[in-house]
Amino acid sequence: MDYSWDFGPVLERFDMLALGLLNTVKIAAVSIVLGVLVGLVLAMMRLSTRKWLNIPSLVFIEFYRNTPPIVHFFWFFYALPVMLAVSLDPYVAAVLALSTQSGAFYAEVFRGGIVSIERGQWEGGRALGMTHSALMRRVIVPQAIARMVPPFIERSFELLKTTALASTLAYADLLYQAMMVNAETFRPLEVYTTIALMYLVLLVTASQFARLAEARLTAYQ
Amino acid sequence: MTGKPILEVKGLHKRFGDHHVLKGIDFTVEPGERVAIIGGSGSGKSTFLRCMNFMETLSEGEIWLDGTRIGVEKKGTVTYPEKQLCQVRERLGMVFQQFNLFPHMSVLNNVMEGLVTVQGKSKPEARRIAEAELAKVGLSEKHDAWPGRLSGGQQQRVAIARALSMQPEILLFDEPTSSLDPELVGEVLRVIKQLAEEGRTMLLVTHELGFAYHFATKVIFLAEGVFHEVGTPDEILKHPKQARTQDFLRRFGEFAF
Ligand SMILES: Nc1ncnc2c1ncn2[C@@H]1O[C@H](COP(=O)(O)OP(=O)(O)O)[C@@H](O)[C@H]1O
Ligand SMILES: [Mg+2]
Repeated sequence: MDYSWDFGPVLERFDMLALGLLNTVKIAAVSIVLGVLVGLVLAMMRLSTRKWLNIPSLVFIEFYRNTPPIVHFFWFFYALPVMLAVSLDPYVAAVLALSTQSGAFYAEVFRGGIVSIERGQWEGGRALGMTHSALMRRVIVPQAIARMVPPFIERSFELLKTTALASTLAYADLLYQAMMVNAETFRPLEVYTTIALMYLVLLVTASQFARLAEARLTAYQ
Repeated sequence: MTGKPILEVKGLHKRFGDHHVLKGIDFTVEPGERVAIIGGSGSGKSTFLRCMNFMETLSEGEIWLDGTRIGVEKKGTVTYPEKQLCQVRERLGMVFQQFNLFPHMSVLNNVMEGLVTVQGKSKPEARRIAEAELAKVGLSEKHDAWPGRLSGGQQQRVAIARALSMQPEILLFDEPTSSLDPELVGEVLRVIKQLAEEGRTMLLVTHELGFAYHFATKVIFLAEGVFHEVGTPDEILKHPKQARTQDFLRRFGEFAF
């Protein structure tokens, strides 16, 4: 292969890529926060013994599990506006898609953490006279959180990577900005190699923070 | 005995689906009584004990604590409001076979937990009480340890301190030494013996028949879902009348009194 690499034109436009990276981080952060809220609600519904809470939540989760993520992006961007008779900003549509997707998966993470706590812990607290809510707050949830951390981090990394699909809605994330730079420079090899490395650095950095958080939350184990 | 019963059980039945485990039990406990409950594995000893503090729901029957029926009767059906059950459980301390300490809290915090969360005591006050209870079970040195780092015997003593911290009127022990290595059984039995000497009211499910003999004021042999034979330790453990009790004791072989 006698291709001569030239990162010059790409690096000249690094500000465009930096903006893309920033947008990627922004949309991921917002979607993680909203996804956690969605996930908490869904998990509480799933943990309920009431069918009218349990079943809708199950359907929601199974729907997201069994459909491709890009379909959710298209649905929120092209379909929902038809229903609401308003047009949605790509950013809003992408956040909706990402936070509902991650919410469905976080719900299973949260529920899994709660149900993994041994019966003896419930009994130990109940025997002291703790109410259900005190028991949850003081005994079950703190231990469940420690167990949720690894799968939670895993799902959040999935979300971070899935943000690239927002580029299909013309949201100016890292991938979309790369496409813009490519259109100006005709240097796909350099452009996409650069952003692959940028994603890599982002994810590796994030995983270092995640490991710190994990170590703190599971200190007693 | 002549005192007023502190705990009364009337017509207790417990079913798990079709499995009829407890088949009509009547039982009273007077203050200061120490009742040892023995019986084969799966005979319903734990279930019986767990019905006392409503860790299991009753299928039928009544439980009276200090002259008051637990539960609220309305139009012929009895409900058990959470608040009332919490109060009952606070008054009946329970110690489990598997300790059930909270692994994410230090030893001291395990003992303080009920005092703060359930009884609403201030942290300094809870701490004072917890320290005193831990001293009593000989674990003053272990305040800051994680429960998971302690031996089984130490964990069980923390669990006893945790139950005692709530000032329960009755203590329920469900095979407190069954999951311990033999060399750790003694330290836990010594603590229970000390509680007996204080005159506490206790119900103890155990396979330590030698200990039961010295510990109990009353021994119950549970079989077929009923109290098959009830009497003094001497009557039940040395001179059982029922063939089934004799059979059970024979299978346990000689035990040192
Ligand atoms: N939660 C439960 N669900 C169904 N069956 C149970 C449950 N708890 C106990 N049992 C059954 O009830 C019977 C009595 O159990 P248990 O009280 O634990 O016996 P013991 O303590 O005397 O060994 C056993 O046959 C057991 O399988
Ligand atoms: Mg048992």
